[in-house]
Amino acid sequence: MSSTEIQRSEERALELLGGEPDDATLRRFLHGLPGVDAVGLEQRAASLGTRSIKTTSKAWALDKIISLIDLTTLEGADTPGKVRSLVAKALNPDAGDPSCPRVAAVCVYGDMVPAAIDALGAAHGDPDEGLVSVAAVATAFPSGRASLDIKLADTAEAVADGADEIDMVIDRGAFLAGRYHVVFEQIARVKQACRRADGTYASLKVILETGELNTYDNVKRASWLAILAGGDFIKTSTGKVSPAATLPVTLLMLEVVRDWHRLTGERIGVKPAGGIRTSKDAIKYLVTVAETVGEEWLQPHLFRFGASSLLNDVVRQRQKLATGHYAGADYVTID
Amino acid sequence: MSFLEYAPAPESRSILNLRDDYGLFIDGEFREGSGRAFATISPADESHIATVAEASEADVDAAVAAARRAYDKVWSKMSGRERGKYLYRIARLVQERARELAVAESLDNGKPIKESRDVDVPLVAAWFFSYAGWADKLDYAGLGANPRAHGVAGQVIPWNFPLLMLAWKVAPALAAGNTVVLKPAETTPLSALIFAEILQQADLPAGVVNIVTGAGATGAAVVAHPDVNKVAFTGSTAVGRAIAKTVAGSGKTLTLELGGKAANIVFDDAPIEQAVEGIVNGIFFNQGHVCCAGSRLLVQESIHDEVMDRLKSRLSTLRLGDPLDKNTDIGAINSAEQLQRIRELSDIGEQEGAERWTADCAIPDRGFWFAPTIFTNVQTSHRIARDEVFGPVLSVLTFRTPAEAIEKANNTPYGLSAGIWTDKGSRILAVADRLRAGVVWANTFNKFDPTSPFGGYKESGYGREGGRQGLLAYLKGAA
Repeated sequence: MSSTEIQRSEERALELLGGEPDDATLRRFLHGLPGVDAVGLEQRAASLGTRSIKTTSKAWALDKIISLIDLTTLEGADTPGKVRSLVAKALNPDAGDPSCPRVAAVCVYGDMVPAAIDALGAAHGDPDEGLVSVAAVATAFPSGRASLDIKLADTAEAVADGADEIDMVIDRGAFLAGRYHVVFEQIARVKQACRRADGTYASLKVILETGELNTYDNVKRASWLAILAGGDFIKTSTGKVSPAATLPVTLLMLEVVRDWHRLTGERIGVKPAGGIRTSKDAIKYLVTVAETVGEEWLQPHLFRFGASSLLNDVVRQRQKLATGHYAGADYVTID
Repeated sequence: MSFLEYAPAPESRSILNLRDDYGLFIDGEFREGSGRAFATISPADESHIATVAEASEADVDAAVAAARRAYDKVWSKMSGRERGKYLYRIARLVQERARELAVAESLDNGKPIKESRDVDVPLVAAWFFSYAGWADKLDYAGLGANPRAHGVAGQVIPWNFPLLMLAWKVAPALAAGNTVVLKPAETTPLSALIFAEILQQADLPAGVVNIVTGAGATGAAVVAHPDVNKVAFTGSTAVGRAIAKTVAGSGKTLTLELGGKAANIVFDDAPIEQAVEGIVNGIFFNQGHVCCAGSRLLVQESIHDEVMDRLKSRLSTLRLGDPLDKNTDIGAINSAEQLQRIRELSDIGEQEGAERWTADCAIPDRGFWFAPTIFTNVQTSHRIARDEVFGPVLSVLTFRTPAEAIEKANNTPYGLSAGIWTDKGSRILAVADRLRAGVVWANTFNKFDPTSPFGGYKESGYGREGGRQGLLAYLKGAA
């Protein structure tokens, strides 16, 4: 995104809100959105989960899932060596099959960005062009409990180090206390901090931590808030809080993204993260995306899976389609 | 390739072990009918499935005699606990053979396998489990100690939920201690005949349940038979009215579950996304072949356009096609005759000035199909707002205030069901109180449960099925 685009989207947000994004204006807007019936939402998600994806569709889906994964390591014990290993897996998910696609991105803590870029070498770039980008979590991930200055510095440093994407967390405490302006302001300012020296911007994923927001109405409001404030992606979870991504929550966020597209023509990405471990589950997400916002969303700049263990299950399912056998865990590399 | 054109995922028919010919199930055995055997076909491709015997008056007589013998000699003397054992056994066998029953139902009826697999058959088992529990507790049904069964129940069921309607009728009848002569619909006898095999497998005493296949004449013979004590019918209002006349003055008790033209009321504060799903489920579930279908959408004028936009784009994602494909959302219309009626009423809708919109979907070359259709700009005086279409056709009307919504919802000769969509709990209660409909769903639609009574007002019939109330229809107080 360029500076003028950012400015335009800010103006549009103000226009939609009908005023400055203070607590009262945001509250009026967010609480004026139609409610969410939990039973109905979960029922719809469950029915999407019963689609039966076979043969050629399944083969396509498995490759697509791999190409949409943000392969993630977010441990206190992460080292450059661990990140190199993760990158090698990202570039070559199935050691025995060079036709296996690469993942979309590797997702690491900010201080590991140089190590990731270094390890990617020439393969570092735009996942829409078959390359692998680097995403950094920022803004005092995962709790978000730090001052705005620290969050901005955290972001700016990761961007300066070459991160292509920033996964920020919202201040859930402020959101739950109804201080919507604080959340809005933080997202908008972090977006500014995503600005690179050349005037372009790193893509901003806004983590709502839906497991802490608790209600679907809150998830819906937080999704709108994140988009209004300038997020490029809305992301379910940090992976550090349970429940992480669920199908109903993701469906709800996709519905918001679809409504935003109807309203403005602009496409926002969605990233369910955490808790998606099997191909079978991931395929349910693909179905939900395709039947809610449309198939065009199934590309790296509009949909991602935040996952680590998912990749190996997909690789093994992929092998099974080729060989007819589901290989043991030792026939795929651990990372 | 497009991902959304999911590769075919057909449920295998190999699980079925069908015979070429089916006789009548009388006195625990299949026997030949003396009427003219008829074919049952698959509405999805018009292919022949099996030949089915037609029960003549003499056959019905034999079935009622078998039921009477079984009642006098076995079933009325058996303790409730023993009867309950049979019902539990039937419920378990239905679960064991669930996939087979689902495939048979989709094949014969045309409904999508995902519905027969996830709705019809699980509910059939649930109905038997639920009423099995009542069999030894009749003293607590509300009729005082030692309530009695009526004796022989004559039951006539429709083609829209063939096996589920069988369960709604047979489970409470047996739990209460009656024996049964049941006539399935002529276009959908298959699952009832497989059910007869299940009764044999369950060792149900001979004659306790008899199944006589045939068309209207067979049904009329069952209803009119002098030795039948209790009549239960689900089907059209016209036939229900004829049955009421036949039964009048005969001393038989009668329950009727007839047509409907349910209002599905969407207020402007509704959870919009789920309301759209509810509208879809309300009228396009089972191709709209549902007596309680939400066929009249009453939407608050202020959100009419938005709801229509969302509804149309949602309908564009529905998949119409092979009922046995696990990804099919909309199956086949059950018969050529029904298709003709749907077409006729839809054409009348257009002539009356309503605006027709049909989802853009490919219609298979063979079989009976009707694409999901919406009529907007419908007025209360239009026939499509008053007559039951019994197909995938939604009539959309608007209202301005809750009072107008209630008035329009009640302005129908029917009164089977209704739906209310709003985020405001107090409005749900206030509106539900004033709707003259037997079942009112709030923020959902077409939900069924064996413990919940179901039935209508006015031309939608009388009596209740399901729950304790459904049991009472098969009992009378101690002498």
